[in-house]
Amino acid sequence: MTAVPQIEFMSVSKRYTNTGMVLAGVDLTVFKGEFVSLIGPSGCGKSTVLKLISGLTSPTLGTIKVDGMTPKDARETVSYIFQDATLLPWRPVEQNIGLGLELGGVGKMRTREKTTALLKLVGLEHVAKVYPRELSGGMKMRVSIARALATSPKLLLMDEPFAALDEMSRDRLNEELLRLRDEQKWTAVFVTHSVEEAVFLSSRIIVLAPNPGRIHEVFAIELPFPRTAALRETPEFGALVAQVSHTLRGAMMT
Amino acid sequence: MRRRLITLANALAVFAALLLLWQLVLWIFHVPPYMLPSVFAVARSVVARFSSLLASFAITAEESAAGLVASIIVGVLIALIFAQSRWVRSMLYPYTLLLQTVPIVAIAPLILMWVGGGTLAVALIAFIISLAPIIANTTQGLISVDENLVHLFLMHNAAPAQLLFKLRLPHAVPSLFVGIRIASGIAVIGAITGELYAGSSRVGAGGLGYSILYASSQLQTDYLFALVLAATVLGFSFFFIVMFLEWYFLHKWHESARAPETA
Repeated sequence: MTAVPQIEFMSVSKRYTNTGMVLAGVDLTVFKGEFVSLIGPSGCGKSTVLKLISGLTSPTLGTIKVDGMTPKDARETVSYIFQDATLLPWRPVEQNIGLGLELGGVGKMRTREKTTALLKLVGLEHVAKVYPRELSGGMKMRVSIARALATSPKLLLMDEPFAALDEMSRDRLNEELLRLRDEQKWTAVFVTHSVEEAVFLSSRIIVLAPNPGRIHEVFAIELPFPRTAALRETPEFGALVAQVSHTLRGAMMT
Repeated sequence: MRRRLITLANALAVFAALLLLWQLVLWIFHVPPYMLPSVFAVARSVVARFSSLLASFAITAEESAAGLVASIIVGVLIALIFAQSRWVRSMLYPYTLLLQTVPIVAIAPLILMWVGGGTLAVALIAFIISLAPIIANTTQGLISVDENLVHLFLMHNAAPAQLLFKLRLPHAVPSLFVGIRIASGIAVIGAITGELYAGSSRVGAGGLGYSILYASSQLQTDYLFALVLAATVLGFSFFFIVMFLEWYFLHKWHESARAPETA
């Protein structure tokens, strides 16, 4: 993996007027092709990191570069997946997937082509014309992922996307997410509460400590890609989960 | 389907019971017909004067519809302005409250003075009285969009017009319909009240409100009841038309319009 930086945080601090210091002096580089998970107790500023990368909020101190640009300028190549699927209920599935392309002024024909390909990719061809209220939580999340991928992002930001799903759907979507990344080679920053999920998905896990949010420890997860469901049953996997969980407990104590 | 038929049958049974009660009151207390006509006298009056009843109905329907449609158009435009900023809202919102609290009977004479009597004046009264709920509900719908959806649009570098027409406006449609439902009822009431003051003075060509005034002055109590009945039918028609439009626009996607079988 060539070490070209995709995201650079240089001593970034963020203070909200209501809640005070959320992040204090964070230095962080995410390289192209990495899958980085952020994990930590609530109040450690995980979601704030994503908001900063996407330019939805600005740092109080420090500099952030995404793809060498300011976060706002880099938005065109960044997609965001939220905790709830955030679908537009008045649009059928295919038009939800095409939203980003439509907003970007991509032509109808091209949008249609792309949408069809993505429906196939996430296994939702049979519900293309269905409205979101008819879908299960897992299917909604798939639509949300397809919508994020439609604009061919270089960087995918995910804020606990599977937190509301049952374990089986979550595991399956984790596997699908890795398969998609294998095909499309985007960089990912993933916020989660689940250590197992973080270990399964990531090439690197960053454990954050709260009050104010800061980097507590970093783990390189050297399990080889492609990873499959069977990986979860290996002793190496179990050992890594135990190790990260232990550190996470330590982070809560500080 | 069967459940709906039962509901309909129940409603009709209550109606029949009410008519029976009415007739019983007449027989037991010997109420004179100019105070309370019999069910049959009202029915006869409906049949005998059907064409003039229909003419009055049409006039009031037209005035209320004109007022309602105008209030929807103007109300949505005002709501769009209100949705632009909290600052604009706090500055202008008190005036919509004014619109809601000013007694329509108090300003009806003014309107009569400004635009003269007739259809325009009555439609204007219906418009004024039905405007507030449209503004309030549509504004609420426009500004209550989920923050993450706004973020999603921002992440795609959406232009302000895209944010408005592809996100806020469609999101506000269910709330707009709540407003229209309330407004449709009071538009009819507004038109009839307006006619009491500003209805056309051409005899036989006045709306329901004007005809009610005329019938009561002539002690034609049976026709008065027929007119009241027509006013009720008008209110119901508006309600059902709005319900149908709401269903038409929302049944595919909105939770509230889900069919009972799947809920």
